[in-house]
Amino acid sequence: MSLQLRDLYEGFRDAEVIKALSKRITQESEALREPLHVMEVCGGHTHTIMKYGLKQLLPQNIRFIHGPGCPVCIMPKERIDHAIDLSRMEDAILCTLGDMIRVPGSKGSLAEERAAGRDIRPLYTPLDALKIARENPHKKVIFFAIGFETTTPMSAALLDAAIKAGVENLFLHANHVLVPPAVDAIMADGRAKVNAFIGPSHVSVITGSKIYEPLPIRYGTPVAVSGFEPVDVMEGILMLVRQKNEARCAVEVQYTRAVSREGNTKAQALIERYMEPRAHFRWRGIGDIPHSALRLREAYAHYDAERVFAEHLGNEPIDDHKLCICGTILKGLASPKECKVFGTACTPSTPLGSCMVSSEGACNAYFRFAEV
Amino acid sequence: MCLSIPSKVVEIDEHNVATVDTMGIKRQVSLDLMRDEVGIGDYVLIHVGFAMNKIDEEDALASLAVYKEILEAMDEEERRRSIEADDACEGRA
Ligand code: SF4
Repeated sequence: MSLQLRDLYEGFRDAEVIKALSKRITQESEALREPLHVMEVCGGHTHTIMKYGLKQLLPQNIRFIHGPGCPVCIMPKERIDHAIDLSRMEDAILCTLGDMIRVPGSKGSLAEERAAGRDIRPLYTPLDALKIARENPHKKVIFFAIGFETTTPMSAALLDAAIKAGVENLFLHANHVLVPPAVDAIMADGRAKVNAFIGPSHVSVITGSKIYEPLPIRYGTPVAVSGFEPVDVMEGILMLVRQKNEARCAVEVQYTRAVSREGNTKAQALIERYMEPRAHFRWRGIGDIPHSALRLREAYAHYDAERVFAEHLGNEPIDDHKLCICGTILKGLASPKECKVFGTACTPSTPLGSCMVSSEGACNAYFRFAEV
Repeated sequence: MCLSIPSKVVEIDEHNVATVDTMGIKRQVSLDLMRDEVGIGDYVLIHVGFAMNKIDEEDALASLAVYKEILEAMDEEERRRSIEADDACEGRA
């Protein structure tokens, strides 16, 4: 039998399989000695859980706690302000990916700047920034780079291609953040009642499952690295229940069709070559987390928008709207429905906070898939 | 942003750019991050215009086979349960 593309979609979304796994989980979870509080670190999983109503398919003693893994949601306002300031420079073209364009900073969003006439371009792939730089040799083309470990190698590949092509009017503003320090910050805080993790899918494709190995040791929490499809998430939960019942805690991989222990070593080498950890990075709502993000290495400082255009950029931390509880949600301490303005003053078309903007944000997923 | 779905490689050009089929839609993706050789017919995961890795076909098939077994086991359990329920009604006329 050979694998069909259709199997890869439908096989892992099969309603009957989801139901069967739900039954298994319900049966086996009766033996759990304490309730299972599963943090799904990645916003992609939050999206799947809400979209397929997986919460409703699980017994009372299994709860999800939504984690910080949405790259748009954790971007603090002062960094979005950087993007706006860069786009206001003379002869600048600012490029970025996806939802970033709609997230409000303290000076509004990039979408508003674009409406006001700035040259701001949403890209399908970072490589398009190189094309734009070549087509506009007299402009400064700035790629506002966001994302977790999944997207970092693509930014490194862009820089690599720019250097090889001798393009000198392309600059990166690097906001690449790392999963393990964020999870550590949440666990060290101690208030989130997390006792198991669903590990991210595509972060792990790049990094390998090895990056989670300290978690069971430090916090006694089992980890199941799962795929993004609903069957994957349910099977991941079953693996966590079994680990608990067998009094084990280890990193297990459910998503073996795509994740190895070592990950994509070519992508890792590319990151290593061009980027290094920052001493500090402020996460929206969570605050400063040491060594939790990357920047360009000193040797490539002339491609680094933050260094080259430093005089245009402010560095004061700017806090969120005072009603917004995104920070508490990102720390796993509250659910979107506890926010006073959820679904009223704050909706996907009028987002007050970043968690409402991205389809991976918890507030957005709740708004779209839960009965409001 | 992370929700990349599997795609099938249908063409590879001399610049290491592949044309892939994602649910019937054709897109161009860079193979520059791929460590292993990629061929026509391979399944890859795509993220922002790059292939991130190949999907292990055997592994995917093995998972699907396991799910089939789970379904069959569930079916059998259910059948047994309904027979037992039926047996429990022996008293009826
Ligand atoms: S609903 Fe809006 S304001 Fe409330 S926490 Fe979510 S993003 Fe912030």
